[in-house]
Amino acid sequence: MPDRGALSERAVVRRLHDRLGLGAPRQTLEASILAGPDATLAKLLTTDESAPTDVPNLPQITDLPADDPRRKAQDQQRSDQERTAILWWLDRMATVQAPRAEKITWFWHGHFATSLDKVRDAGLMLTQNQTLRTKGQDSLAQLAQAMVVDPALNVWLDNQTNRKFAPNENLGRELMELFTLGVGEYSESDVKQAARALTGWTYQDRRLTFAKSKFDDGPKTVLGTTADLDASGLVDMLTARADSARFIATRLWNRLVSSDPPSEPELERLTDAYGPGTSVRGLLRALATSETFRDPRATLVKQPVDWAMGLARAVGRPIGTLDDKDRTTALNQLKALGQVPFKPPNVGGWPAGAPYITPTATVARVRFATALLTDASLKPPAVDDPPSGTNARLEWARATLGVDAWSARTRAALSPIGDPRQLLIAAAVSPEFVVSG
Amino acid sequence: MRTDVPILTRRRFLAATAVTGAAAIGAAAIGWEEIAGSAGDLDPDAGVLVVVTLYGGNDGLNTVVPAGDDVYQRSRPELAYSPDEVLDLGDGLGFNPALKGLKGLHDDGSLATVQGVGYPQPDHSHFRSMAIWQTANPTSPNGSGWLGRWLDATSDGSAADPLRALSTDPVLPPLLVGDHHAGSTIAAGALDLPKGPVGTAIAALAAPDPDDDPWRARTAASIGHLATLRRTSSGALQKASKDKPSSDLDRQLELIAALVEARVPTRVYSASLGGFDTHADERETQERLLGQLDAALTPFVRRLAATDPGRQVVVMVHSEFGRRVKANGSDGTDHGTAGPVLLAGAPVTGGLTGRTPSLTDLDAGDLRSHVDFRDLYATLAENVLGADPDQIVGGHSGRLDSVLA
Repeated sequence: MPDRGALSERAVVRRLHDRLGLGAPRQTLEASILAGPDATLAKLLTTDESAPTDVPNLPQITDLPADDPRRKAQDQQRSDQERTAILWWLDRMATVQAPRAEKITWFWHGHFATSLDKVRDAGLMLTQNQTLRTKGQDSLAQLAQAMVVDPALNVWLDNQTNRKFAPNENLGRELMELFTLGVGEYSESDVKQAARALTGWTYQDRRLTFAKSKFDDGPKTVLGTTADLDASGLVDMLTARADSARFIATRLWNRLVSSDPPSEPELERLTDAYGPGTSVRGLLRALATSETFRDPRATLVKQPVDWAMGLARAVGRPIGTLDDKDRTTALNQLKALGQVPFKPPNVGGWPAGAPYITPTATVARVRFATALLTDASLKPPAVDDPPSGTNARLEWARATLGVDAWSARTRAALSPIGDPRQLLIAAAVSPEFVVSG
Repeated sequence: MRTDVPILTRRRFLAATAVTGAAAIGAAAIGWEEIAGSAGDLDPDAGVLVVVTLYGGNDGLNTVVPAGDDVYQRSRPELAYSPDEVLDLGDGLGFNPALKGLKGLHDDGSLATVQGVGYPQPDHSHFRSMAIWQTANPTSPNGSGWLGRWLDATSDGSAADPLRALSTDPVLPPLLVGDHHAGSTIAAGALDLPKGPVGTAIAALAAPDPDDDPWRARTAASIGHLATLRRTSSGALQKASKDKPSSDLDRQLELIAALVEARVPTRVYSASLGGFDTHADERETQERLLGQLDAALTPFVRRLAATDPGRQVVVMVHSEFGRRVKANGSDGTDHGTAGPVLLAGAPVTGGLTGRTPSLTDLDAGDLRSHVDFRDLYATLAENVLGADPDQIVGGHSGRLDSVLA
């Protein structure tokens, strides 16, 4: 890359919408460019969408025996519920005016990664999703408190079976390794002691209940501190630690700023902003105002969902508006890309970067974009206005997708396409749109 | 075993699959003619390694079961298999009842079971322990993958490079990522990009551009592999998989068998099966998963034995760790240490090998390992890939030559 200076102001604004949002439609991006980076950042950080009023109500399904004749219909109902939940969230991501909360909710979903494949209750996943949305914007400590008693997370990590005299370490270990401290910051003894603090919870009918008789009362020594810890006390202790601040700051940095780690002074600046209040917004502001955030080299491969939602937002067409066949095609492509909301591959969440740069991924992206854009009977807002002339058309595609500039390669590749929908399909798989510059 | 899958030619195979870029940063698109010209058929004497990774930490003690050991029975009464439930391997050991097909391979001498495989100072994190296995670096598992280093060491810069190591998972596993070269992903099925201007434009997006950052250069290079294959695959695109695979692993191994039989010049394949994190209700879950492994691996090994290229293949099956000896009270087990590694194929010397881990001489409740997995890697690198083991497991001197004939 020849240009080693700082990003232009317009590119910083575009990057803010990519990284702290889910991409912006043309009118929004142009208005933000006029307002400038500071105002754009302030707006992204402080504007919140109203709470969702349309969360699907998905009744609990109690498994019939495998040989029950109604079992097949029940399996179908379960799979319909999953699809409803996935589509609901994707369409919320695609339509919110103030996307930062959805972006951060999406980040926390990958952080406290919980999967339908084991939880098998889409309604429970939506409850967790709403918790991530409401608690995930301010204090990490409060979010972690909510998550440690979140029913879906407890079922996912078997904590409802964690008992005095019969501890189950699953939640205790992941709480430290993946949710608060990072691997290597604790000992095996800490894991066993933390598991004791998390005993006492039972799960039934979508509710987690504390039963004192099942709780392992008594002192536990975790990370050198001895106290009669319970779940809440344990989370307080973990999230107050300096190594937790460094871990959370680095996780967000890697997903929103750069795949290279922050420098030591940079990390100090980030953890200062996060502070004893474990402020998510403070940390986000510090990330977005770092020098690296304006470095042209800090490019990131868009996660498949970020890419797909960026496209849906740019053309003003959520997946839910497609006909059933195209909707299924679109969802299948997210699966082929290795990223379906509510179905992370494991408790570590999704990988980033290189795994999403493969020819099989390109095929999936083309199919997704085609499902979104091909049906000529539907007119996405952005396609209402086909311009004439090659340069005007390319400029229109660039502005529609919110790309800073086309490379000579991409200009040459896209120039022969006259049809605006086809132009957007090809442009959507270009390196310029697949990678957040 | 299914035998009605047509044996594909190399050309038909390449037409039927997506091959990922070698990920050399800024690499230009590779031409079909170059691939066809330089690939050639697989060297008839070249060994092929298939790594099957069981994600989640497979419980070794309920895989190779010491059913005759009272300590085993007492440690996990709800989970333990009785001696008459397991498939007898002698010495008080038996396979999990779900492994009927593998028991047959064991009896034929085409399956070796290496007991108690691990590494020093075992880590109980899924991710760190898997990273240790995949990088073969127990102290600093952040760098290149062990087979990525093989890719780095053996690259000849030819157009066939991207074909040397293939993953049948859509997401490339770290074991195939080196410092300079990486394996590729592959998937059965058509590469039907739209015809007309969209397809033409996408093919043209593969050109390198001086303004590309490294990620965009990689994206362009990967589009290059796709567009080149598509442009030249004028014939029908044919699936290489069964109509109804019994599991995702079955689909993956079926594809690999077709590739091997087509003499594609690929020396390393990676496939996987996940879900082994059995903290609760272990018996049912593990039996289901081991059943999938059995139903996929058994016909795969038997099929390979029937052809010359297939007889060059060694399959290795491993997980990131075994599990605790003692059950955890949720009818499951927590993260443990050493576990068995399975090796299968014609070049393998079958049977049980390695010391059976003691159930009484434990390390904080965990089994002690007696075989370092790097002994196996070095042996496989040297004898299957013909590589210098030092390039793969740098400085590690252990070997386990007895597992190969």
